[in-house]
Amino acid sequence: MSGALIDLWGWSHALAQFSLWLGSLPLEAGNWVALQTGAAAPGPLTGLIGFITGEGLTNFVAVIVAINILLLWATLLHLLIVMWIERKMYSRLQDRRGIMLGLGSSDFLRRILGPIPLIGRPFRRPSHLGTGFLQTVADGVKLFQKEVITPTNADKWMFHVAPVMIASSTLFLFVAIPWSDGFWLMGSMDKGVPVNPWGILVILGAFSIAPLGILIAGWASNNKYTLLGGMRAAAQLMSYEIPLVLSIIALVVLSGSLDPFELVRQQSVPLTYALGPFGRVTVPFLPNWYIFNPVLWIAFVVLFITVIAEAERIPFDIPEAEAELVEGWTTEYSGMRFGLVFGFKWLRAIAGAALIAILFLGGWSGPVFATVWAPNLAAPGTLYGIPLLPQEFWFTLKIYVIFVVFVWIGWSVPRIRIDQILNLGWKQLIPLSIFNILLATLARGFGWF
Amino acid sequence: MAVEGEVLARLKERFGDATFRSLGIVRDRVVKVVIDRKDLRAVCAFLKEQLDMEHISCITAVDWRDHYESVYHVTSWKRNCMVQINAWIPHDDPHIDSVVPLWNGANVHEREAYDLMGIVYDGHPNLTRILLPKDFEYFPLRKDFPQEVDRQYVSRRKIGGA
Amino acid sequence: MAEMWINMGPQHPMTHGLWNLRIKVDGETIVDAEPEIGYLHRGYEKIMEVREFQKNVVLTDRLCYVASITWSHCYCLACEAAMDIDVPERAKYLRVVSNELQRIASHLMWLAAYGPDLGLLTALLWALRERELFLDLLQLITGARMNQNYPRIGGVRNDAPPDFDKYCSKVIAHFRNKLKEHEAVFEQSKLFQARTVGVGRLTRAQALDWGVTGPNLRACGASIDLRKLDPYDAYPALSFAPAVEKEGDSYARYKVRVEEMKTSCDLILEALKKLPAGPYRSKPPRRCEGEGFRRTEDSRGEALFYVIGDGDDRPYRVKIRSPVFSNIAAAPIMMRGNKVADVVAIMGSIDVCVGEMDK
Repeated sequence: MSGALIDLWGWSHALAQFSLWLGSLPLEAGNWVALQTGAAAPGPLTGLIGFITGEGLTNFVAVIVAINILLLWATLLHLLIVMWIERKMYSRLQDRRGIMLGLGSSDFLRRILGPIPLIGRPFRRPSHLGTGFLQTVADGVKLFQKEVITPTNADKWMFHVAPVMIASSTLFLFVAIPWSDGFWLMGSMDKGVPVNPWGILVILGAFSIAPLGILIAGWASNNKYTLLGGMRAAAQLMSYEIPLVLSIIALVVLSGSLDPFELVRQQSVPLTYALGPFGRVTVPFLPNWYIFNPVLWIAFVVLFITVIAEAERIPFDIPEAEAELVEGWTTEYSGMRFGLVFGFKWLRAIAGAALIAILFLGGWSGPVFATVWAPNLAAPGTLYGIPLLPQEFWFTLKIYVIFVVFVWIGWSVPRIRIDQILNLGWKQLIPLSIFNILLATLARGFGWF
Repeated sequence: MAVEGEVLARLKERFGDATFRSLGIVRDRVVKVVIDRKDLRAVCAFLKEQLDMEHISCITAVDWRDHYESVYHVTSWKRNCMVQINAWIPHDDPHIDSVVPLWNGANVHEREAYDLMGIVYDGHPNLTRILLPKDFEYFPLRKDFPQEVDRQYVSRRKIGGA
Repeated sequence: MAEMWINMGPQHPMTHGLWNLRIKVDGETIVDAEPEIGYLHRGYEKIMEVREFQKNVVLTDRLCYVASITWSHCYCLACEAAMDIDVPERAKYLRVVSNELQRIASHLMWLAAYGPDLGLLTALLWALRERELFLDLLQLITGARMNQNYPRIGGVRNDAPPDFDKYCSKVIAHFRNKLKEHEAVFEQSKLFQARTVGVGRLTRAQALDWGVTGPNLRACGASIDLRKLDPYDAYPALSFAPAVEKEGDSYARYKVRVEEMKTSCDLILEALKKLPAGPYRSKPPRRCEGEGFRRTEDSRGEALFYVIGDGDDRPYRVKIRSPVFSNIAAAPIMMRGNKVADVVAIMGSIDVCVGEMDK
């Protein structure tokens, strides 16, 4: 199985140490100057230098650095790519090219790089036929420069707090989800492997904070339409939390662990079916993903549908239904505040897809084809193995594949009414997931699968 | 006998010649009847109940400068026949019975005729303006409401006296 | 929540035009509705009294800009009835062909608007892609894509170009294929059926009472199509069956319109096959004394023009009867008892074109 490319804690620690060392250089210089001018040895600033370069502060700064790296990973990389995937894919479904503003559309780059023979080929194509990657960046910049309007009679505090709630809970999700054996923030090392005993629980809990923020946003905008949208969103999201949790319980019964690292470790071995009294059967060329486990198929379908509903995508996007409520509960938000709630819809979808990937598709496990050895900068003299392809890559690939299915479904079907959504959630998904828990318990009890 | 002749005969038989100012066949399957406003209810009820005219296509208001006319086009899908009723209304008293109790479809058409021509339909459940703003004061389709080409463009210089 | 009135419009993404619908809601259920129209009133009937008979065709084109030819055609028929003149045979067939092409374009525009109403945004682009083909055909025969100014009192403006029937056959064959794809996206989707089946029900008696005509009436089980009952132009010589559904809900209205598109394709091909040679226009008299009316089967229902001339070369009175005007009056009946989220599904299925409603 593949290895981790990014060792988050290690790199954060190294970065923190380096930056604190840089910060302590002026103090060292001051200390040396003080010693030269006759102060007692060791110099007056030694204690301060010791504090700055000490373990405690380094660990603290390492946490901050790690959080920032994770946030950049989420927004700069995943959000932009996912927005691009969605826009290009639904455009192709609609028989058109979609966004096409790329680096090759920049006049400046075309003039500078165009004449170069081989590398400059992309800069000689028609400028309106690019990949479209810069379009999402341009949309973000556009949102930054818009006027941020607060409605007069809106509840000011709540109006400002709601997007913050939604954004922060979603980013907390990203912190709670591990991205590979090395790229994780929440957890601890136990005998050389990372563990996080209650990881799935934390993820599910973080998922559930956003509906509150949405309800507050809808209510605080002082608008009949947003109130309707907010109430619908609250009803939908809160009623779909239940099948979300229940379907995961079915899986937990079989796996016996709420630890995402443990779940991925269980799925990294070749596929093995336990057939009760008939012994075990191993299928060597398939991994032990829970999606291949017939007992959990219902749970997989329920989880998939529920994640689409939680991410408020079509067919479950009645809270944001353009046809009736313009933008639903986000109508009164403008500028980057709107960008926050809008972008975090996608981030919730990515987090949901990551959850599905960890639970059913083996998380970050995947084959490694080669390993490149490079000098290890943190511990000079040793070598650092760069796996091709690393675990982060496999995880990202699985997330994107799930997301492509989300987009495919979303742009091919109409949306259903709120009472039909609630009907589906309460009367069909919950009984199905409870039935699956029963199946899983029976299977585990009798030693099957 | 073709259906229009049949309808014509039955109208003559029921109301006699005195009620109609004129009565005739326009073309295939179309009968035209010209009456005074006092006979409107009776004729329309007869058409709807006895001759299966279940659909009212259109209600037109015409301003003939010496009288108004409210023109009704009613259709019978079953018999595939249409009757055009021209009801004369005196110019100084633009009131006429409403046919909404017979055909609900006449509701919006009578409101439009009132809105644009000013003919008041007595018995209409909600005779308010429908196309023009609710506080509009004039009835534009009347012949004394000026046309756009009648209004002259008076230049500022002329108004200023130069 | 107590009962409250909600305004859907006049500025609303999915009302397809400028009109206001006030609905009285009790929670999520609609108790009453009241359409408020007139935002697009342009004073057509007054304007048409100062322009010569032929020049009014430019105006009638713009009544319903999505289905322009059918409106100008109806006006020309009314004027011909008032002037009591005949139209050459070739012109009758050309009028039928252009009418049916316009009907398909209008129904495709409706489909392109109905999909996004329900959340199926892909339908917008697919239906408009097919509509482009028909707009190209209209451009071939009339010279313009919209507001074509094609029918004339006494015939049509110009003859069809050579090989026009070959182009039509190619486009229609391609379109019939693509229509299967569109139908699959709509009909095989259980979600679409959940949104439209049983929603906005209208019984046959209610429809007849309120003056509803066109596909909305045929969806209630009444086989009433003016092209069959009161045929005009070349329709007596063409054979087709009007599309009828029994349920009276939004799904039935959708099915009727899709079926009508297929019928129109067959009508076009048949009319082009039977196209006789001869003149395409006869010269009408300049002045008209007398009155005439004529009704046609517009894409949305029964369109009627009533023209009165008093001996001048301009009409004395022109009355425009718009099918959408009456269909909107029946909207409150369709809406009572449904949920707020159904409003868009119902209004979309009625096919509102505000231009002809407000005149």
